[in-house]
Amino acid sequence: MTELSQIRNFSIVAHIDHGKSTLADRLIQMTGTVAERDMKAQLLDSMDIERERGITIKANTVRIEYPAKDGQTYVLNLIDTPGHVDFAYEVSRSMRAVEGSLLVVDASQGVEAQTLANVYQAIDAGHEIVPVLNKIDLPAADPDRVKENIEDVIGLDASDAIPISAKTGLGIPDVLEAIVTRLPAPKGDRNAPLKAMLVDSWYDSYLGVVVMIRVMDGVIRKGDRIKMMQTGAVYGIDKLAVLKPKMVDIPELGPGEIGVLTASIKQVRDTRVGDTITHERKPCDKPLPGFKPAQPVVFCGLFPVDANDFEALRDAIEKLALNDASFSYEMETSAALGFGFRCGFLGLLHLEVIRDRLEREYDLDLITTAPSVVFKLHMKDGEVRDLHNPADMPDLTYVDHIEEPRIKATIMVPDDYLGDILKLCQDRRGIQLNLTYAGNRAMVEYDLPLAEVVFDFYDRLKSVTKGYASFDYQLSGYREDHLVKMSILVNEEPVDALAMMVHRDRAEARGRAMVEKLKELIPRHMFKIPIQAAIGARVIARETLSAMRKDVTAKCYGGDATRKRKLLEKQKAGKKRMRQFGKVEIPQEAFISALKMDN
Amino acid sequence: MEDWRHGGFGLYLHWPFCQSKCPYCDFNSHVAARIDQGNWQNAYLQEIDRIGGETGNRVLNTVYFGGGTPSLMEGRVVGAILERIGKTWTLANDIEITLEANPGSVEAARFADYRAAGVNRVSLGVQSLRDADLRRLGRLHDAAAARDALEIAKRTFDRVSFDLIYARQDQTLSDWEAELGEALQLAAGHLSLYQLTIESGTAFGDRLAAGKLRGLPDEDLSVDFFELTQSMTEAAGIPAYEVSNHAEPGNESRHNLIYWRSGDFAGIGPGAHGRLTLNGRRIATETARNPNAWLSTVMAGRSGDSLRETLDQSQILEEFLVMGLRTSEGLDVARLSSLCGKKDFSSDFKDLEDFGLISTTPHKLMATAKGRLVLNRLIEEIATRLE
Ligand SMILES: Nc1nc2c(ncn2[C@@H]2O[C@H](COP(=O)(O)OP(=O)(O)OP(=O)(O)O)[C@@H](O)[C@H]2O)c(=O)[nH]1
Ligand SMILES: C[S@@+](CC[C@H](N)C(=O)[O-])C[C@H]1O[C@@H](n2cnc3c(N)ncnc32)[C@H](O)[C@@H]1O
Ligand code: SF4
Ligand SMILES: [Mg+2]
Repeated sequence: MTELSQIRNFSIVAHIDHGKSTLADRLIQMTGTVAERDMKAQLLDSMDIERERGITIKANTVRIEYPAKDGQTYVLNLIDTPGHVDFAYEVSRSMRAVEGSLLVVDASQGVEAQTLANVYQAIDAGHEIVPVLNKIDLPAADPDRVKENIEDVIGLDASDAIPISAKTGLGIPDVLEAIVTRLPAPKGDRNAPLKAMLVDSWYDSYLGVVVMIRVMDGVIRKGDRIKMMQTGAVYGIDKLAVLKPKMVDIPELGPGEIGVLTASIKQVRDTRVGDTITHERKPCDKPLPGFKPAQPVVFCGLFPVDANDFEALRDAIEKLALNDASFSYEMETSAALGFGFRCGFLGLLHLEVIRDRLEREYDLDLITTAPSVVFKLHMKDGEVRDLHNPADMPDLTYVDHIEEPRIKATIMVPDDYLGDILKLCQDRRGIQLNLTYAGNRAMVEYDLPLAEVVFDFYDRLKSVTKGYASFDYQLSGYREDHLVKMSILVNEEPVDALAMMVHRDRAEARGRAMVEKLKELIPRHMFKIPIQAAIGARVIARETLSAMRKDVTAKCYGGDATRKRKLLEKQKAGKKRMRQFGKVEIPQEAFISALKMDN
Repeated sequence: MEDWRHGGFGLYLHWPFCQSKCPYCDFNSHVAARIDQGNWQNAYLQEIDRIGGETGNRVLNTVYFGGGTPSLMEGRVVGAILERIGKTWTLANDIEITLEANPGSVEAARFADYRAAGVNRVSLGVQSLRDADLRRLGRLHDAAAARDALEIAKRTFDRVSFDLIYARQDQTLSDWEAELGEALQLAAGHLSLYQLTIESGTAFGDRLAAGKLRGLPDEDLSVDFFELTQSMTEAAGIPAYEVSNHAEPGNESRHNLIYWRSGDFAGIGPGAHGRLTLNGRRIATETARNPNAWLSTVMAGRSGDSLRETLDQSQILEEFLVMGLRTSEGLDVARLSSLCGKKDFSSDFKDLEDFGLISTTPHKLMATAKGRLVLNRLIEEIATRLE
């Protein structure tokens, strides 16, 4: 049990790649929390996929102890958060568990879109914010300009911003001191009934479901009978611990403290992030406000390449879902692809991460269908239906009108590229809301259809601005538009997995681009293949893939049998990664690449 | 009956040396300053003894001296080898003994010795009847020498074939029509006609990769070349019996048919491959490619095989398809059934038949001329469906 005055809780927030995890490394290292020989870069990014991509996906909490200049030793709970917009939800719930934020800004880049988004969230959460200027070791770093930039764009006093290099360790002692002196201590009443916030939960293969909590009032002890106020479930606490970042058992946690518990909870789904935990016997009277659960916004079908893997896929998806409540799934059947699942994700990166994990950790070969958003179908009889899958689009005669989700996008970009950005947003049916300048950087806000953003908007944005633009978005609501279902026919047969909803005015262009791309992606066959895009029965674009005319080896004698056999084995394996439509094989890449349009 | 017996049993002997390396050639052929033919002879004899120990009770249908340029072998070496072969196996009454020869005058001078040693068929690497093209192909002989060598060969041996490479750089369809017309006049019942293939790792391969090999036919022209070749040879009475091989009926290369019919063959010499069914298992053998490495291994009394691998059922089936579909006689349906464990194929390949890519009879399944043009694809398709 630690005195409130000796606790500081904070999150580290920043735009993607500005150095949050590296700063966390230095704080962990300099306080001796982890032995020097166990240190490695981005220590908290423990998932394979995080390490491979060099990004944080899951927020991580660590408890460190810091002997301050005032002679006292403080307990610091830091939460390293992800920077990518898909995982903004992780940031917002982490912030609810703490009182302050270290706002990291890359001193060679300045304020970016997620810097802004994070600051607003921190302000909403009532946080004290300490700005930190990172990467000052870089020759391009310009801390003074970035301070000005912070003041101009965010309106935050940056005069006390701390210049550091998380890489070299420069300035880290100042950060530790500022945490103690500038961030507030938590409040809470030790004698009140237990009130703790369920901050996060995950599945551990040894311990089962692990629940992270922040105690607001009261004291929680090992063996206590606790109650989850939203779900009503009651559990006995088996284990109580803090994360350093390895679990270290602790007898009790008091107000202001953050720790984890296990309690024979079966599934992560049995826990609600934001729920209030109290004692069964002596409950608190009012629960915490709770958070809105994360809603999947991008949907796609996942199908096994080999139909025999369906059960294995089901099993893998269920296991992954145990650990990630933000991802949804339901069974789907496709004429083209057989049995699979329609899955919902927080965004495209989230989709890629899950697909990657399914393929790697469970050794599955998957086909991913075109990502889609959720359209609202207003039927003539007044019913409103959610359309998760373009293939399920009902006959138009029953549909009165269709609405699609819109977002408010914030884009920060050097003025040199502003023109390209405006054009890109215009091409994507955007409506400009706002345009402001800070120095030579512009901040544009656009109202955009989510459907125009989910697939390749981020890639396009990066490529037209050579990586200098940053982007953040929030869902803003639904709006009616002239939307139609475009089907793709290969060899006269519709490929349901390639169907998509498009705006009527853009259908021809999309259709044309799509059939051209497919013509490149589908290998030539022994016969010619028409590839068409159609709205209803009307063909709006058409290409013909000519037949392969000659493919034969001139010489093949005894010495060639081995080589030819091995080649055949390779071809057969490649063929397995294709899907048959009629007699046409469509390679798996086609399903994804065909949708990556360059214009 | 063991499956290989449908194909027969042959012996392949690889001679890895040439006078110079042709720029298109990816065979295991090397130019050497000095070759001690006595050592090579001993090594071949030793390998014959070794293989004989495993297969001595069989009847040998064919022998093939391939290369490289086997016509660089001294007549006495060929003689000693054939003598040892005769002592090791029972030779079939109609045994076919082929030797690949280059059309140089030196080689032609040895023809009589080869004949005396027992060679009864030669395959002559003519490649072209046009001097300019022979130079571009890096050949040492000219068209006149080729015609002379062919004359001598026809006088010396019972059976003679020659090879031509077509679809060459800057060759037009009418060029080839004229050249092939002449070749058909010269032919003695068998011709091997190969479209020029640019193999990686050859001088031509490097030139192509560097963008410096121009004038090769595009796909359409190469189809025209192929079709013209088919129709002219057919009209001349030596139709294709395999993708690149043409013969009057009965004059096919029996040795090569062993490969295409998945028979058994022993492979002796550097880089030679073999297929032997021993104790009910089909073994793939391979020897060291490097001539000196092979020679010193064998001279040290060890087996020349650097690899012996048992093929499983699906590999045997794959090779059966890859090799067998090349021939115009096609696959034997009964053998196919027993290899893949399936009785009835009538519905499996209906669409391929409708497309005119294959044809079937109750006992055979074969690629049509149209199917043979896209044979690699067709084999892939059929193999996938048989899995
Ligand atoms: N030169 C320099 N590079 C740094 C510094 N801090 C971080 N980096 C580098 O910046 C990159 C991103 O660092 P991370 O710590 O992973 O950034 P992050 O903010 O946690 O990224 P996300 O979790 O993906 O949002 C890495 O290559 C770091 O090595 C610094 O002070 N100086
Ligand atoms: C084993 S090779 C060589 C026989 C002999 N050494 C010669 O060159 O005359 C057999 C035949 O394959 C053909 N050949 C070799 N390389 C080729 C290539 N790259 N493209 C087409 N045919 C080729 C030639 O016609 C050659 O005669
Ligand atoms: S084509 Fe014949 S002569 Fe030329 S290098 Fe190859 S094997 Fe030797
Ligand atoms: Mg990170």
